[in-house]
Amino acid sequence: MAEPIPVSANGAPGTPGATDTPDDDVSSLKARLRRAERRRRLTAMLLVAPLFAFLLVSFLIPMGDMLLRSVDNWQIPNVLPNTVERIAAWDGEALPEEAVYAAMAADIRAGKESGEIGKAATRLNYEVSGARSLFNKTRRRIERIEPPYKAALIDIDRRWGQPDIWQAIKRESGPYTASYYLAAADLTYNAEGEVVAVPEYRQVYVELFIRTIWMSLAITGLTILLGYPVAYLLANLPLRYSNLLMILVLLPFWTSLLVRTTTWITILQSQGVINDILVWLGLIATDERLQLIHNKIGTMVAMTHILLPFMILPLYSVMKTIPPSYMRAARSLGATPLTAFVKVYLPQTVSGVGAGSILVFILAIGYYITPALVGGETGQFISNFIARHMLVSLNWGLAAALGSMLLAGVLVLYLVYNKLVGIDNMKLG
Amino acid sequence: MITKLPPYASPLERVWHSAYLLFCAAVFVFLIGPILVIVPLSFNAEPYFTFTKEMISFDPDGYSLRWYKDFLENELWLFSIKNSFIVAIVSTILATSLGTLAALGLASSYMPYRTLVMSLLISPMIVPLIISAAGMFFFYSSIDLAHTFPGVILAHTALGVPFVVITVTATLIGFDRNLIRASQNLGASPTTTFFKVILPLVTPGVVSGALFAFITSFDEVVIVQFVAGPEQRTVPLQMWSGIREQISPTILAVATLLVCISIALLTVLELLRRRTERLRGLSPG
Repeated sequence: MAEPIPVSANGAPGTPGATDTPDDDVSSLKARLRRAERRRRLTAMLLVAPLFAFLLVSFLIPMGDMLLRSVDNWQIPNVLPNTVERIAAWDGEALPEEAVYAAMAADIRAGKESGEIGKAATRLNYEVSGARSLFNKTRRRIERIEPPYKAALIDIDRRWGQPDIWQAIKRESGPYTASYYLAAADLTYNAEGEVVAVPEYRQVYVELFIRTIWMSLAITGLTILLGYPVAYLLANLPLRYSNLLMILVLLPFWTSLLVRTTTWITILQSQGVINDILVWLGLIATDERLQLIHNKIGTMVAMTHILLPFMILPLYSVMKTIPPSYMRAARSLGATPLTAFVKVYLPQTVSGVGAGSILVFILAIGYYITPALVGGETGQFISNFIARHMLVSLNWGLAAALGSMLLAGVLVLYLVYNKLVGIDNMKLG
Repeated sequence: MITKLPPYASPLERVWHSAYLLFCAAVFVFLIGPILVIVPLSFNAEPYFTFTKEMISFDPDGYSLRWYKDFLENELWLFSIKNSFIVAIVSTILATSLGTLAALGLASSYMPYRTLVMSLLISPMIVPLIISAAGMFFFYSSIDLAHTFPGVILAHTALGVPFVVITVTATLIGFDRNLIRASQNLGASPTTTFFKVILPLVTPGVVSGALFAFITSFDEVVIVQFVAGPEQRTVPLQMWSGIREQISPTILAVATLLVCISIALLTVLELLRRRTERLRGLSPG
């Protein structure tokens, strides 16, 4: 903690009778000050260190692990080492030499023994469809074949006689690969090794990214539309009323996300409250109940509801700082209510709108739970595909690449938010 | 006052003003309505998600506690409640102690690379949960922490930490440093100063940070899907699979209970906020 203030034992500098010269005294004072500052810096760092170390292990290294996994290509160089070594000399045009085929046969034998060959096969299957079945078929018969291996392998399956599988191995023989990122951007390599777009029927991710961004923007827009007037009301009401109304904003904010999503399922489903009311009012017939859920509408409504407090709260805290006398001044100087609002009030709330929008947008593009439960086929976000690749298709490289791209986008927005608001000023609740 | 117009307001202004208030009322209904709707529905005597005729006519036969009974008699739900509390309490304690210490360090003007460190410490709150979940799943699997209680607790602590750091830092910003000097001047040791002067002043921030950390863990459903195994099944995970597989009104009963927990937490927070404002003399009370 604080250093005691150094009091010179031999009086003030320059006092007659002082044994030290003034210069010495000043420099020792400086040294002590430096020492004190160093100690304080150390104390501060020591206080932060435990948490930093904790987050390093529990969060930051896992993030690094994911980034690494999006480019990691260990399967091919590690499981097929001989093939990778031999194929380096191949020109990539005609079929490879016998030596490459012999190396492949040896690798498949070794890989069958260690049980790793399936991993290389799965990895190659992402590059050339059908590679897994090719490897499985070959693995079953590998013990029975004899040299020359080129003829023997092509005899097992004629796909060994096509250059595409060899081109893929040659291209992906390094320890790192860009192919997960290419896949995440709907790109692939053609026979010449150039990057091209995948056939239209297989294009998924670009459209998905666009949909995620578009829907997040729409949700952000909706929260501004609904949140701005409410924040204005809250900021201008006397405290005892606004505190009461604030509870209506804070309660949803504090309610479990799953609860809020469940309520929307309950309300929007075809046998739910909204449809029942519409039928009761006679606006729709019983057999033409509206499909409000498991589509984009469901996702938009539920997410707008969930994210609205994140817009209202920053707006409120900005609006609270604007003195009402500004608007009165504008009005008394002859501005119409509209002019006064647009020219005087609105410009002062831009920072709040910006902060709220970035916050809502950041939260929206990473959403997973709500789209998964109420989104159906058309209301899915990029996060849902990451989860699908993690849990169902087990293509972890692609999940990591999609995740890294999303992460990059979010971090850029976070930097903007930081510039705009400053994380020190971030408020909760 | 905003709800009343001055007498000289034109008819157009009056119409506009009423429309504005109506719009705000509609937004408030949109915010709170869905949460209130599930409360009566959870007492439905029939397995429907809408109001039955009996419920609308307030016939007592239309209401029952069967879904609450169902919930309390179900082994899986009780098991997941126990797990949820274990994970949430342990990770709250960890996040609060680590986060408070770090916030004290971050509040010092001598802290080098302050902004950078702060951004790193807050990042678990910013990074989309699915990405954290994927990264944690990869890494925790490689060090045998996946599908264990320590793994889930580690992950939830990381998620809770930013809230504690933010709330405690916010408390420290309005903190009068002279109080520390005064305490030392009067002969208190740094430890005494910490426990007798600093801690009581930052307690509201620490408590609200802890509540945030608790609710974050208690409500978390993305990371548990990846990091938790069947033995670590929590309430949100149980709800999640309930909603996905076969939604029964038991979920609404659980949801109602969770809303009650939120209301309790919100009340505590509000009381804390008022106390702080009163102590700092910002609010008339």
